[in-house]
Amino acid sequence: MAETLLAAKAVAKNFGGVKALCDVSLSIRRGEIYGLIGPNGAGKTTFFNCMTGLYIPDGGGFEFAGAPLLADAPHQAAARGIARTFQNIRLFGNMTARENVMVGRHVRTRGGVFGAIFRTAATRDEEAAIRRRAEELLHYVRIEDRADDLAKNLSYGDQRRLEIARALATEPSLLCLDEPAAGMNATETEELRSLIDGIRNDGTTILLIEHDVKLVMGLCDRVAVLDYGALVIEDVPTVVQKDQRVIEAYLGA
Amino acid sequence: MSKWLNPRSALGIAVITAALFALPFVAAMGGQAWVRILNFAILYVFLALGLNIVVGFAGLLDLGYVAFYAVGAYVYALLASPHFGLHWPFWVILPICAAVACVFGVLLGSPTLKLRGDYLAIVTLGFGEIVRIFMNNLNAPINITNGPQGITLIDPVSIGPLDFSKTSEILGFAISGPQKYYFLLIVLAIFVIIVNLRLQHSRIGRAWQAIREDEVAAKAIGINTRNIKLLAFAMGASFGGIAGGIFSATQGFVSPESFSLIESIMILAMVVLGGMGHIPGVILGAVLLTVLPEVLRYGVGPLQTALFGTMLIDPESLRMLIFGLALVLVMRFKPAGLWPSPERRRELQEGG
Repeated sequence: MAETLLAAKAVAKNFGGVKALCDVSLSIRRGEIYGLIGPNGAGKTTFFNCMTGLYIPDGGGFEFAGAPLLADAPHQAAARGIARTFQNIRLFGNMTARENVMVGRHVRTRGGVFGAIFRTAATRDEEAAIRRRAEELLHYVRIEDRADDLAKNLSYGDQRRLEIARALATEPSLLCLDEPAAGMNATETEELRSLIDGIRNDGTTILLIEHDVKLVMGLCDRVAVLDYGALVIEDVPTVVQKDQRVIEAYLGA
Repeated sequence: MSKWLNPRSALGIAVITAALFALPFVAAMGGQAWVRILNFAILYVFLALGLNIVVGFAGLLDLGYVAFYAVGAYVYALLASPHFGLHWPFWVILPICAAVACVFGVLLGSPTLKLRGDYLAIVTLGFGEIVRIFMNNLNAPINITNGPQGITLIDPVSIGPLDFSKTSEILGFAISGPQKYYFLLIVLAIFVIIVNLRLQHSRIGRAWQAIREDEVAAKAIGINTRNIKLLAFAMGASFGGIAGGIFSATQGFVSPESFSLIESIMILAMVVLGGMGHIPGVILGAVLLTVLPEVLRYGVGPLQTALFGTMLIDPESLRMLIFGLALVLVMRFKPAGLWPSPERRRELQEGG
């Protein structure tokens, strides 16, 4: 069995009286595509936000690559190698597509104020490398011809792709995609599937939150189902699909 | 660097250099007052560029920016006047002005890190006033700032034998004090502009813009938003501090009165009118808003007498009237500023 990359241990999160997450434990193995599904309001995004440090869990915690993940520092989660996209796309709208990806390199580069002011050789080299990597990633997600357009002016599908490129720029070992196929038509979803598959084949583990059950079942190696903030089942898609509790959660008992 | 060396830009640079060189002599034909106005314009370019880092790049609405200007001015005044009997040379004091203002930038910035938009504006406005009130009241029990009377007899800048308060003869030209300050200011301004341009297109500059666009997303991709925001406050404040130091030296006198809220608002207006986040636009805004009111001040009175034979409206109040009208018109017809960045312009055209 492959090594565990991320382990959630009894993660709990309450909003007032609502138990958004109730002792959720699951583990993601290195190199797999892991699906997280559940009806609306099941706690999927809350789980994401706890993991990436945007929310502080009320109980439990995460272990990433063998060491605990600090709960309260989003930028440290990124530095550790967790990158994410957002359910409602959050790009830097008034920056170009290229700049968006270049910002993604921030956490893997060092250039400071003095390097920038005096434009030292090291800074110039780093800047050139950032730009080169951004071009590569834009090419990788196939929006290189939109590089100089403002992110906000890109089409919906291209914005999703740009967000993935920006996340990849941080060199994540775990890429978390929050409903990447939302609002996409069949062709776009198919393209997205091959993109996600490609990213996995290049060595990045993927955590996928998705409503499109067909996409999840076709793409994921393992799937976890959340309902009312609790984990229902964690298994391979063929088993999950037939599970009575999952059918109930989705169709209503 | 190759793009600097093509013939057209080389010609452009040559023309601009020549124009900048001739400007103080042309202005002097209308009297030394005009050279002083030019100097103020450059000083405001400093301030506007400094504030542009905070407001334009990082998107943090700061209404108390004048505090750092005041800190710089007082640091210079205290270290080069009979008040404490210190007379340090200006090239030692200016970096101290920048450093002290920088510390104040971090001090005043750190409590506001979680605030955004209107709330941030109100808190920074308060800080600006607090600094001014401190300057006004720090004359007891120990007299540090000399209170409302301000500090007088501040040393002018002098480099070697060149005393900037007097006219001297250089290569057969008589160069007046204000003209010397002009050249000093131009050199510093070019430095400040280069620093700004380089910061904008750097890792740090992009991080500022990312925070401006979406702070949550910026955090999620690994930007330490706390440090990067403090850096913006610190950098902006340093420029304000340098401007304050030079202000002290040129005026020879500082008092808390010079650092009221209206100054902060004027500097912000320069940034917004010129084109937030776009360095050439901000420079244009600063120059326009310094020079135009002066033109009005000198032009409106005689114009009225010529037209109506009598002075109908006091030039001073008309100045504010026209200024307000100009602001409204610009915001109505050029909401991105007079000279917005190409991206902003395109966005407004496409966005409709």
